[in-house]
Amino acid sequence: MSAETIVYDEAYIREFSKHRQEPVWLLECRLRGLALMKELALPKPEKTNIENWNFHAFQHDVEPKGTSSLAALPEDVKSLIGKDSEAGNVIVQQNGAVVHQELSEDLKNKGVIFTDFLTAVKEHGDLVQKYFMTEAVQVDEHRLTAMHAALLNGGVFLYVPKNVEIEVPLQAIFWQDDAGAGLFNHVLIVADDNSSVTYVENYLSTNAGEPSVANIISEVYAGSNATIRYGAVDHMGETVTSYINRRGRIDHDGRIEWALGKMNDGNTVSENWTKCLGNGSTSEAKMVTIGRGEQRQNFMVRIDQIGQHSDGQIFAHGVMKDRATGIFNGIGKIYQGGKKSNAEQTSRILMLSDKARGDANPILLIDEDDVTAGHAASVGRVDDLQLYYLMSRGISRDEAERMIVRGFLDPVVRNLPIEGVKQALEGVIERKIQ
Amino acid sequence: MSAPHLKIENLHVSIDDTEIIKDLNLEIKGGEVHAVMGPNGTGKSTLAAALMGHPRYEVTKGTVMFNGEDLLEMEVDERAKAGLFLAMQYPSEVSGVTNADFMRTAINAQRGEGNEIQLMKFIKKLDEKMNLLEMDESFSQRYLNEGFSGGEKKRNEILQMLMLEPQIAILDEIDSGLDIDALKVVSKGVNDMRGPEFGALIITHYQRLLNYIKPDKVHVMMQGTIVKSGGPELAERLEAEGYDWIKAELGIEDETVGQK
Repeated sequence: MSAETIVYDEAYIREFSKHRQEPVWLLECRLRGLALMKELALPKPEKTNIENWNFHAFQHDVEPKGTSSLAALPEDVKSLIGKDSEAGNVIVQQNGAVVHQELSEDLKNKGVIFTDFLTAVKEHGDLVQKYFMTEAVQVDEHRLTAMHAALLNGGVFLYVPKNVEIEVPLQAIFWQDDAGAGLFNHVLIVADDNSSVTYVENYLSTNAGEPSVANIISEVYAGSNATIRYGAVDHMGETVTSYINRRGRIDHDGRIEWALGKMNDGNTVSENWTKCLGNGSTSEAKMVTIGRGEQRQNFMVRIDQIGQHSDGQIFAHGVMKDRATGIFNGIGKIYQGGKKSNAEQTSRILMLSDKARGDANPILLIDEDDVTAGHAASVGRVDDLQLYYLMSRGISRDEAERMIVRGFLDPVVRNLPIEGVKQALEGVIERKIQ
Repeated sequence: MSAPHLKIENLHVSIDDTEIIKDLNLEIKGGEVHAVMGPNGTGKSTLAAALMGHPRYEVTKGTVMFNGEDLLEMEVDERAKAGLFLAMQYPSEVSGVTNADFMRTAINAQRGEGNEIQLMKFIKKLDEKMNLLEMDESFSQRYLNEGFSGGEKKRNEILQMLMLEPQIAILDEIDSGLDIDALKVVSKGVNDMRGPEFGALIITHYQRLLNYIKPDKVHVMMQGTIVKSGGPELAERLEAEGYDWIKAELGIEDETVGQK
């Protein structure tokens, strides 16, 4: 099956939506996206020209593969699933179709909703409609958000009711195994007041070769005094062009912690933008990446601080190998009135090759006097004194360099709450730095 | 294993084209503890760094033979694998790499592929050595030297020495910044290694360390070379009288390196 540019028209979208028995409001949203995607331009990430990237050649509605049980999953996917105390709350999707989903009775009884996106729009339509592409991400931002709305074909919805604190991690695995299959995945998380939840997701593609597209949006809402810990590992293949946009909204005294392992092998535009709306809201955004081959990637990590006494911490570490390019734009913004707030950011890029390119751009936009803020950014090679120190204990230069790189990326690895996901990320890092 | 043997002849070392060490000769054998003393800026730490293969120091002349092999031809890691160890004055911090992982990797690098240390054996040995050095067990899971106090870093250097069991250890100002209790603990670690299979080169400003680690030979460095050698009594005289008498005896006005 070869991927080719398909002109999606209204009839196609209507048929696709009807076939999935979607509510009218979602069809209308799709049609609005369809109209807009023809008008709107691509986004313009700072310092990266994406005009010629493939956002259009992919298969949209692939035949379900029908992997019907966990046992039939390949080892790469199966090993990610939480075991023992981490087990029991997981959704696995294959090319957007559900392979497996489970949620513990205990959490169901507490009113927790954790289900695939299609089921969610049918069973919890009002709730989904309230948050889906209404505030955090808008349909009409640019061509890719419009395309996302029009062609949405996978995702999950997680709702945690007021005062419910979930100890175990909830997990989603989005697995693409059809070479040309495009993924338009939407993750919507709403943690109501005084609740807390840990969510971990993996994106991976196992059947590379054909050009394809991943257009991924997460919208994450933390209510007042709610805490969301969001872990993710993106690992799409070399031929997949990715647009991955994860946004957060935080009410007063709420908190969102991001731990993002960006391990794609293809060209990637990544955005992670959190708004600390309420007083006392806090966010920590940690991301790590490795670029290799001819890969080009653009990362924007941004925290807007509107509430007073808010705190925003941005941490980005990247390793660039071969001829890879990585642009890091870190933005900390404190609005006027955000008194006593604090914005900090660190962006560091480690260059492992003369031909790689790295660019770290820390930006602080501060419109309030009564605040504290700081940033650190660096682009450099492995420290020769660190290498000397490790080598002076008998460790070879190559292994010493790998240790330094592993250590450099560890802040996200150690923050992932599921052992299988952590080990898989370690494995990916190991393969990439060999 | 034959007794270790390090022989330095006519060594010259430069940094950025400035000659720091000139015509230095020194021989250390298994069972011996040598102390190199001298005021600041006389080239002591340069000697240590050059022997280990520090990237910023260049050996311009001379030979160093280690157990019959040319040390200067070896990469830094090969020197370590051959049995040389340097407890550094300013060890690097490596974020994200735990002390335990680091030491296990180092031990396994020495032992070679297929002969890795069993995890339980490693943990037992680490516990034992950390006990000896009165280190809290949390140390093993902390990142390598990150946020360590000066004293903690010194202990950590000695811990690595005890774990790696080198044949020749160079201790570069391991006593600086240590209070008397820490000094005793660190000395205990070094004394634990003493025996015919182990030789040491202790670099220090002060005699007080030598109260706890008795040297067999004491050398004084000035202007980048050894100007006087003797037994432990030399260290005692330096403690009592300072260095001026040596300068007077040798007609040295400025003892620091880089003199024409």
